[in-house]
Amino acid sequence: MLEMRKDIFADERADNLKEVGQPTQRQDMLGHVTGTSAYYDDHRFANLLHLKILRSPHAHARIRSIDDAAASRAPGVKRIIRAADVPVNLNTLLSLIQFGKDDEPSLATDVVRYKGEPILGVVATSERAAREALELVRISYDPLPAVFDVEEALKPGAVSVNPVYPKNTFEYHGKYDHQKLRFGAVEQAFAQADFVSEERYQMSPIEHAPTETNGSIAVPDTNGRFTVYTSTQALFFSLDTSAKINAMPSNQLHFIGGTVGGGFGGKVDTLTEPLAILAARLTGAPVRYRLSRHEEMQFGSPRGAERIYVKDGVMRDGRIVARQVRAYFDAGAYTRLSSYAVVKCVAHIPGPYTIPNVHADVFCVFTNRTPATAMRGFGVTALDFALECQMDKDAVAIGMDPLEFRLLNAYRDGDMKAHRREAKNCALIECAQVAAEKANWPLRDEFRKMSSKKDGGAERAGVADRTRMSTPAAPVRTGTSAPQRVTYERPAGSTSPPPIQSTPPATPPAGSTHGVRRFSSVFGTRRR
Amino acid sequence: MKTSIQFRLNDEEVATFADSGSNLLDVLREGIGDLSVKGGCWQGTCGTCTVLVDGMPRLSCVTLAESCEGKSIETVAGLRQGAKLHPLQTAFMERFAAQCGYCTPGMLMAAKALLDREPNPTRENVVDAICGNICRCTGYEPIIAAVLDAARAAPRRS
Amino acid sequence: MARHRGRGVATINYPIGMNLGGDPSQALVHSNPTGKFTVALSSIDLGQGMKSVTRQICAETLGIPVEDVYVDTADSDTGPHCMGSFASRGTHRVGNAVMAAAREARAVMMEAAAEELEVDPGDLETDGRGSIHVKGAPHRAISVRDVAIAAQFRQGKTISGRGIFLVPLSDVNPETGEMSPATCYAHACQIVDLEVDDETGEVTVLKMTSAYELGRAINPKLVEQQLVGGSWMGMSHALFETPEPYYPDTREGPRDFNEYLMPGPGDICPHDIVVLERPAPDGPFGAKGPGEMCANPSLPAIANAIYDAVGVRIDELPITPEKVLRALKVRGRPEAPPRVR
Repeated sequence: MLEMRKDIFADERADNLKEVGQPTQRQDMLGHVTGTSAYYDDHRFANLLHLKILRSPHAHARIRSIDDAAASRAPGVKRIIRAADVPVNLNTLLSLIQFGKDDEPSLATDVVRYKGEPILGVVATSERAAREALELVRISYDPLPAVFDVEEALKPGAVSVNPVYPKNTFEYHGKYDHQKLRFGAVEQAFAQADFVSEERYQMSPIEHAPTETNGSIAVPDTNGRFTVYTSTQALFFSLDTSAKINAMPSNQLHFIGGTVGGGFGGKVDTLTEPLAILAARLTGAPVRYRLSRHEEMQFGSPRGAERIYVKDGVMRDGRIVARQVRAYFDAGAYTRLSSYAVVKCVAHIPGPYTIPNVHADVFCVFTNRTPATAMRGFGVTALDFALECQMDKDAVAIGMDPLEFRLLNAYRDGDMKAHRREAKNCALIECAQVAAEKANWPLRDEFRKMSSKKDGGAERAGVADRTRMSTPAAPVRTGTSAPQRVTYERPAGSTSPPPIQSTPPATPPAGSTHGVRRFSSVFGTRRR
Repeated sequence: MKTSIQFRLNDEEVATFADSGSNLLDVLREGIGDLSVKGGCWQGTCGTCTVLVDGMPRLSCVTLAESCEGKSIETVAGLRQGAKLHPLQTAFMERFAAQCGYCTPGMLMAAKALLDREPNPTRENVVDAICGNICRCTGYEPIIAAVLDAARAAPRRS
Repeated sequence: MARHRGRGVATINYPIGMNLGGDPSQALVHSNPTGKFTVALSSIDLGQGMKSVTRQICAETLGIPVEDVYVDTADSDTGPHCMGSFASRGTHRVGNAVMAAAREARAVMMEAAAEELEVDPGDLETDGRGSIHVKGAPHRAISVRDVAIAAQFRQGKTISGRGIFLVPLSDVNPETGEMSPATCYAHACQIVDLEVDDETGEVTVLKMTSAYELGRAINPKLVEQQLVGGSWMGMSHALFETPEPYYPDTREGPRDFNEYLMPGPGDICPHDIVVLERPAPDGPFGAKGPGEMCANPSLPAIANAIYDAVGVRIDELPITPEKVLRALKVRGRPEAPPRVR
């Protein structure tokens, strides 16, 4: 059930609108329920050819030789596409906005850097013919040592994953292997804090798993142009990337999309269009390149995993006086968009709280794993998980209600954020108050009266003001004699917080082979 | 080796030639041209391609087309009667039970199989009926609500 | 053996649009000869409702019924540049571009109407139902249809508009991280009630209660779609999903939906949602973007609720029954787990 609370912030809003705010039916709903919405694959072409890709079975290996003679003679095969056929076989997605160096080939040349990396394409009259031809390709590899753990990858002597970034880290500002955030003086604040804790958080990669897999169809059009039907989330992003890789003027490409079967970030990488266009150029025929579900799951870029260390300094009265974050983004073998997410993560530290001393180092790390990419909440989801779990632990440690602890530290209009911009248009406090009321989470009066508005408005006077930054970068006093502070006593009868147990790591069963039964023991059996 | 296949599709006789061993999904989309059926995994694990074969929900991507010879196939393309939407379609619209819309054709057919069999389903019946169909957008609640609405709206059979 | 109930909370905010800005979107709006409008975009609707949200924004700005607007997307020959559908930027960035284009088109429409009615354009207003009239004199009116016909065939005017919205790219200080990452933020608080079975390690989410602040709900039904679906995805991320169950070990990855698990229709729970609107000064009608932030609070709220239920902290996702059981084994199974609250 959804309830609109129009009474809150009503003074900042005009509610005299006619169309905006109405529960109008979706423009595309009739198409959806009648099965007539046209996705990229709902366009039919005579003599459509199909592109399938041979992928590396190794996480890291040198390609010694490729023998595709038998494949090229297989029934239905029209063309083999090799790395040498790709006009510009090195790209990075964000080169369109001049961020980062070209580091990723469309088809691997001498070395493969993750399991599933594309090596060679077969264009055939059916997907089945293409798959059968791929079985005939013989590649000999020299396996190389691989690195999978972000912190292992940063150790001296670690295997170098990507020759463009030989130290396994993206380069920021031409000189640093990470993005820094410096605000106030954390060490001094930690020294004076009543309670200091450092915790480690580990995200899992996850799949976007849209019900429609990534794909595109490239069709030779009149006058040397190509029409491309695509599942992309970013039409010109994909068009310009395809033009660059194919060394074509962008106006030779006509991209059509816009109706997409889910994306969640997994359709930004332009995984299929460049090679579909290349195949159409080389064969003169329409070509479809559609990821199978297995490819989507294993080789389509996942949400990357982040490892985040959070160290907090907290006073007995509930103030967080210092927060230090060290985070590692697992980019996989190539940059894609992870370098961008690192900066977005840094901007988000220390979360929606006003903390006077903040220090962060966030790394974009290369490992021999499928390149990661954007996903719903990119750069922020992991940090929110780490920070909000940390907030809970902090609250337990000082014996305070976890929601009141958040309210006490919540950012408000006029507060200075760690990236040195004034907070405005805040509403965290109101969200917490409304959710608490709805869920019958008891809040004391002074917390129910708080406000996000500058200085809390008249009502906020009910709560003693918290120490806040008046000027950036000046460390805040941590002494309990800070003026206008409300202090919290441990609730009567509360005991000291239980020791925080770290989870013993889950490890693959020894000698396990791949199997669905194994999975049910990991996840629990799938329910309805 | 091409083989001829003939069946009823949404109450019309249709026939086509296909490679022996083709799945029903490919035959419907490529051979007959019914693009209302979507493919999601081609492995029989997501439900997106669900159609009805003689009234039973079937995953068309793992159904051998030749096994459908002479049978009656229903897809979402045949769900509405002329301009009039099926109660399920109306209910899906009213409940905003589709976002990207890609799972919707399969979801509707799975739900239709339920309502044809059980005109007064419980919530549990609905969950059972659609639990093989993956939706990545909606969180399922609006879909369950829509199927229950459709059951209430449909004319009762005696 | 017992089932333990727990409750956890998380509060979050989320930046709207690409970090640092520098992510433009454009829109073109034009009328056909009989006063029906088309919005041309290259923006993508991947289910989030891009077509529908921009349609309502365009209709509101033009002052005409929503049925008289159709959004055409995405064709690179006809739709002008858009950075893409990601980073919660659709409603905010594209919405603003459409608003700018619609304003320009509206100005021409009002000029044309003024010429027909022989008044000053500033004296006219739209009624939102397809008619334009003199302020305070509803009988001195002309339909949008007649205005379009007059503009096209008599006055030689094009009722059309161009719009672009760009948040200028911010620098980042290499030493301090000083930057302007976003112009506005959405907010959320979620409270999760759940149950942990200390014999199987299984976690069952029983109830979610959430408040989301998103500037302006352009369409509350589409907002609800995002919030319900997003928190489902958050729950899925917290408890079910991973292509690498033993990360950073790369083995044992799933190949299909039998092995890659997500909550099904039988795993969902009731969700009470409250929406707040504190308009963003630079949002279209104040709107921010609900699409991404709604998935974020569920992960920590669930982890915190598990602690509340059985006193173990699982700091590695996903929180599988295996991890819960291993943690319980280390901790022991207290009769009464320590309460957070």
